[in-house]
Amino acid sequence: MSAIARVVNLVKNYNLEGGLVQALRGVNLDFEEGDFVALMGPSGSGKSTLLNLLGCLDRPSAGHYYLGNQDVSQMDDDQLSEIRSRYLGFIFQSYNLIAQYTVVENIQVPLLYQGKMNQQTYHRCVRLAQMVGLGDRLDHRPTQLSGGQQQRVAIARSLVNNPHVILADEATGNLDTKTSIEIMELLTALNEMGKTIIMVTHENDIAEWARRVVRMRDGNVESDERKRRVHRRPTNPLVGSRR
Amino acid sequence: MMSFENIDLNLVYIALGAMTLVLLPIFLWHTPLVGAKTRNSISTAIRNLWLHKLRSFLSVLGIIIGTGAVIALMAFGEGSMQDALDDIKRQGATNIIVMSVKPPEEATSTRRSFVAKYGLTDQDYNRFQQTLPNLVATLPMRVFAAEIRPVIESRMFQGRVVGTTAHYSTVYQIQDRIERGRFLEEQDENPVPRNVTVIGSAIASTLFPGEDPLGKSIKFSGKDRAFTIVGVLKDRTPSTSAGDIEDYNGDVYIPLAACRSLLGELVVFRSSGMRGAEQVQLNRIVLTVQVMDQVRPTSEMVRAQLEEYHDRNKRDWEIKVPLDKLEQAERTRDRYRMQMAMIAGISLLVGGIGIMNIMLATVTERTREIGIRRALGAKRGDITFQFLVEAVVQTTVGGVMGVGLGFAVIYAVPWLVLRYFEERIPAAVHVPSVFMAFFVAVVVGVLFGWYPSRRAARLDPIEALRHE
Repeated sequence: MSAIARVVNLVKNYNLEGGLVQALRGVNLDFEEGDFVALMGPSGSGKSTLLNLLGCLDRPSAGHYYLGNQDVSQMDDDQLSEIRSRYLGFIFQSYNLIAQYTVVENIQVPLLYQGKMNQQTYHRCVRLAQMVGLGDRLDHRPTQLSGGQQQRVAIARSLVNNPHVILADEATGNLDTKTSIEIMELLTALNEMGKTIIMVTHENDIAEWARRVVRMRDGNVESDERKRRVHRRPTNPLVGSRR
Repeated sequence: MMSFENIDLNLVYIALGAMTLVLLPIFLWHTPLVGAKTRNSISTAIRNLWLHKLRSFLSVLGIIIGTGAVIALMAFGEGSMQDALDDIKRQGATNIIVMSVKPPEEATSTRRSFVAKYGLTDQDYNRFQQTLPNLVATLPMRVFAAEIRPVIESRMFQGRVVGTTAHYSTVYQIQDRIERGRFLEEQDENPVPRNVTVIGSAIASTLFPGEDPLGKSIKFSGKDRAFTIVGVLKDRTPSTSAGDIEDYNGDVYIPLAACRSLLGELVVFRSSGMRGAEQVQLNRIVLTVQVMDQVRPTSEMVRAQLEEYHDRNKRDWEIKVPLDKLEQAERTRDRYRMQMAMIAGISLLVGGIGIMNIMLATVTERTREIGIRRALGAKRGDITFQFLVEAVVQTTVGGVMGVGLGFAVIYAVPWLVLRYFEERIPAAVHVPSVFMAFFVAVVVGVLFGWYPSRRAARLDPIEALRHE
């Protein structure tokens, strides 16, 4: 397997009122295509900072970040936006759907900024909604959906641009256990279809679903272990039971 | 009473313009010229506007009032201008009116019997005809007040007798204002004056109600001679160009030669115990030049001649130029335009501040949405564009409502004032001002939406995503 994303001596400093805070102190990590990585660590360990850098939402103070063959660490704001819209998918803890949009419209948003919104991609969005089990809720708005359903929309949205890497930030943080399992089953199925997933979590039982667990502490990688996946995907993974 | 001919024609322009404004965007919407981003931004903006109806309405109220005020004020300014132009047209913009005026010392005389001899003479008239260049028509007039009665009935009308020639019809452009019969003609004057007359509409309706006045005869106070009616005029709008308001509908027109032979040169009057007589050859001479540019030089020549041939100490003439009214109307219009510019400026400021205020609140409210969009690939320019479109959509909607308000004012205010105060307010829709006011409203959206939009775009995506 080849590295789809690689960080080399990644440093991130913040100038806060109390002085300089070193959030990342030279992190080196390779992420291979098809990886399913759980980033863990106590708060302040730098895992969210790392995810933000991997998501091209921020730029490192020093070091390099290679996404595919491109060094994106020195890119300007517009170039980073371009990278996000083409190569990355995001899943957030609080779903982050746009309230006034319907399910399909929310899934379409990344395409809008790629200039690829047309009839063809619309059908693709509908198929994705059907894939995550929301085929009968295409015109619903986020407020009309449960937390699990909203997160399914977010997952569909993260897939719409066929990204290299899906970044999930505490994707199950707001969900109950049963729904969390449904979501993790969905992510696992996607991973088995070849998608690279990097997720931040502080829950061990969620990390269990990953194939690789990277633990962080004080801005450094504390451990990086590969393991056999504990959970197996269900027989019909992409259309899990809905709440 | 509005000048409906103008309003109707303008409505056609407005309708065409409005259709273009509506159909063009619909057409563009379905072409590749309008990208997905623009389409999405506009539909998002409309949705957000609809979501907060009251708030959106209040925020664009300044724009609505401003746009409406500009359109209404321009219409009233334009209306008074049109009014003046119409009046000038009736009077003839190329006319110079020379009038006989009773000199002050004659007017204040306390002598019990006195013949006041003053005013324009036939010599003046002939001299004008011979010496002034560029004349198209010259019209002598003899005017006196009289009681007008039908020969066989006892009705009476306090009117005005105008002795004039067939040229009156050309100079005052009344060819198409003849209700029945004809106006005075050359043959009524030459070779022998005929006792014929053309009467105004008020005289016709008062003296001959429900009858056809043609062929009937009328007499004037103290005179035995009967004049046969050969024509009746339509209702004519009163004019103020020659000084006092002239109500043409109470006029009786007779051939000048017949007038001379009827009156001689002396007009005798009695009033409040005083008995007097006036000897005036001509009460009025109207000179028509070819084009408006010749009006002022020609009137200067007339002035010079009159100053030379009339007694300087006894100023018994006066020159009225209808064109003066045009300048007065232009001044009125300019004043309206000044007011409009001020109101437009203030409304631009107030409306703009309203928009900016609400847009800043919107940006704060939707910070998280901005973060989401940024995370999903929106560039700063995309965010700026989206919020700018929202501001412009707001002001455009405000502009449309303002145009509606403006029209409501244009139609309602004159109607109400006429109904309750019996005053006439002339209003004529000024088409360019409608589009200009609308355009300004849209531009306000761009100007005052710019800063909040830039602020939205400059938000840090991570911070924005964390925003609660």
